[in-house]
Amino acid sequence: MTEDLPTADPGTDWLDRSCAAITAEPDQVTRAFALAARRVGREPQRPDVDPTGVVHGTVDDAARARLVVALADAVGTGPDLVERLTTLYRQGDGAERRGVLRGLDALAAAGRLAGPDGAADALVAAGLELAADALRANDPALVASAVGPFGSAHLDQHTWRHGVLKLVFQGTSLDAVHDLTARADTELDRMARDFAAERRAAGRTVPADLGRLSTAIG
Amino acid sequence: MRILDPHIHMTSRTTDDYEALYAAGVRVVVEPAFWLGQPRTSVGSFTDYFDSLLGWERFRAAQFGVRHHATIALNPKEANDPRCRDVLAEVPRYLLKDGVVAVGEVGYDSMTPEEDEVFAAQLQMAQDAELPALVHTPHRDKLAGTRRTLDVVRESGLPPERVLVDHLNETTVALVRDAGAWAGFSIYPDTKMDEGRMVALLQEYGTDRMIVNSAADWGRSDPLKTVKTARAMLAAGFTEDDVDQVLWRNPVAFYEQSGNLVLDPVPGFTEGAGPAAGVEYEGSSVLRGVRA
Repeated sequence: MTEDLPTADPGTDWLDRSCAAITAEPDQVTRAFALAARRVGREPQRPDVDPTGVVHGTVDDAARARLVVALADAVGTGPDLVERLTTLYRQGDGAERRGVLRGLDALAAAGRLAGPDGAADALVAAGLELAADALRANDPALVASAVGPFGSAHLDQHTWRHGVLKLVFQGTSLDAVHDLTARADTELDRMARDFAAERRAAGRTVPADLGRLSTAIG
Repeated sequence: MRILDPHIHMTSRTTDDYEALYAAGVRVVVEPAFWLGQPRTSVGSFTDYFDSLLGWERFRAAQFGVRHHATIALNPKEANDPRCRDVLAEVPRYLLKDGVVAVGEVGYDSMTPEEDEVFAAQLQMAQDAELPALVHTPHRDKLAGTRRTLDVVRESGLPPERVLVDHLNETTVALVRDAGAWAGFSIYPDTKMDEGRMVALLQEYGTDRMIVNSAADWGRSDPLKTVKTARAMLAAGFTEDDVDQVLWRNPVAFYEQSGNLVLDPVPGFTEGAGPAAGVEYEGSSVLRGVRA
C-alpha cells in the first residue's frame, strides 16, 4: 500500500488503493491518514481564492475525508466507527484532525448521520466533542474545519455562533462556514454589532466580514 | 523607574527578554497559569506546568535578577475539556505555596456552562485560601462576557478589591470600575490595547486601581510594553509619581493582598553580570557554551 506504482496520477492511485485496503482491513486507516499529505500533496483546493487552504480545505483534507468514508463503508456508522474516529482525532496531528472533521462533513453531506433509527446518534455525539475541541484550537485551519456541513447540521447554536465569531477574530473568511445564512440569528447579529462597536471605540478597523453577520454594520 | 509586570507568560519567552526586562526596571513579575497553545489533555500536564511555574521558571528569572511569582488555576478554555477537569482537585494545594500570589487566570473563554462551574469553584478556592483572583475577560463577545463575569464575581462574595479583571478595553472599563474591582489592561503591538489608547484611558479615569501589563506570551507580543506605556504616560504629561503609581504601587497593592509577594532584590545578583556559573536547577542551567 505504501509503494508508489508508476502512474499518471500517483496521488489518486494511492488513494484508491488505500480505500480498498481499508475495506479489507480497517486498521490500515491509521497509516493512510498519516501518509496522506505525502502521497497526494497539500495544495489548497481553491488556490485562486484561498491560497492557504484554510477556508476551503486542502487536497490532503479531501483525501482524508475519502478515507473516513471508506472506513464508514467498511465498519458502519456505529460504535466501531466512533472509537476509530475518536482515536484518529486524538492521536492525530493538526492535518489529521482536520481530516476527521472533513470526513464527518462528507458523511453528513451524504445523509449518513441523520437516520430516523438513531443508529448514528453516538457518532454525532462523538463528532460534536471533536468539533468542540477543534473550535477551541489556536490553529485557524483546524477551527475552520469544524464549521462545515457536520458543524452546520449538529453544533448547538451557542457553540456555532462562537465558532463563527472566532473565524472573524482569526481573520478567516466566513466563506469557510457552511450555509452561514441558515443559522445566523439575531444573537449573532448582536454579537457582531458589539464587536464592531469595540473596534470603533478602539480606533481600529472593523473587519469587513462582520457586515455579513449584521445589516447594521457598514 | 521600578516596574512590576502583573501578567506575563515568561514560559514562552527567552532569556533575552529577562535581560531586557531587568535592564528596563522590571524587577518583579507575576506569571499566571494559562493555556499553552497546544491543548493539554491530562491532569499531569497541568501539574507539571504548575511545578515549572514554581520551579524552573522562578529559577530562570532569578538568574537574571527578576523576582518571579505565579498565579494558579484551571484556565477558562481548558475548563471545557473533561480530561482536564480533575485538575481542580489539585489547585488548592498549589495555593498554599510560596510565590503563589493569586488564583488565576479564571473567567470565561466562550461562556459555556462548564466555564461557569469552574470559574465559580475557583473563586471559592480564592476565598478559602485568602488569595486575590486574576480574572481573564473573553476576547470574543467581550462586553457580554464582562457583564457576566462581574455577576459571577458578585455572587462569589469575594470582595471586589481582591479581584483584578484583566484584558479590558474602552467598552468594558467603566463597568469594572463601577463594580469596585481593579481594572487590568494588556498592552499589545496591534490587538487588544496599545500605549496610546491606555494613556487616553488614564486621562479619562485617573490612575486609581488601574493596572497595566504586557501579557507577553507565545504570540506576537512585547514584554517591554509596561515600560513603553510608562514612557507614553510621561510624554503625555503624567508625572514620574503617576508612573510609579500605575506601574509599581498599584500591582504591588493588589498582589500584596496574598501575603506572598516578595519584592526584595534577588540575593547575589549583580546588575550587568551574566547568569551565575555552576548554578543548576534539576541538573539544568541557563548557561550555554564554555565559560571563558
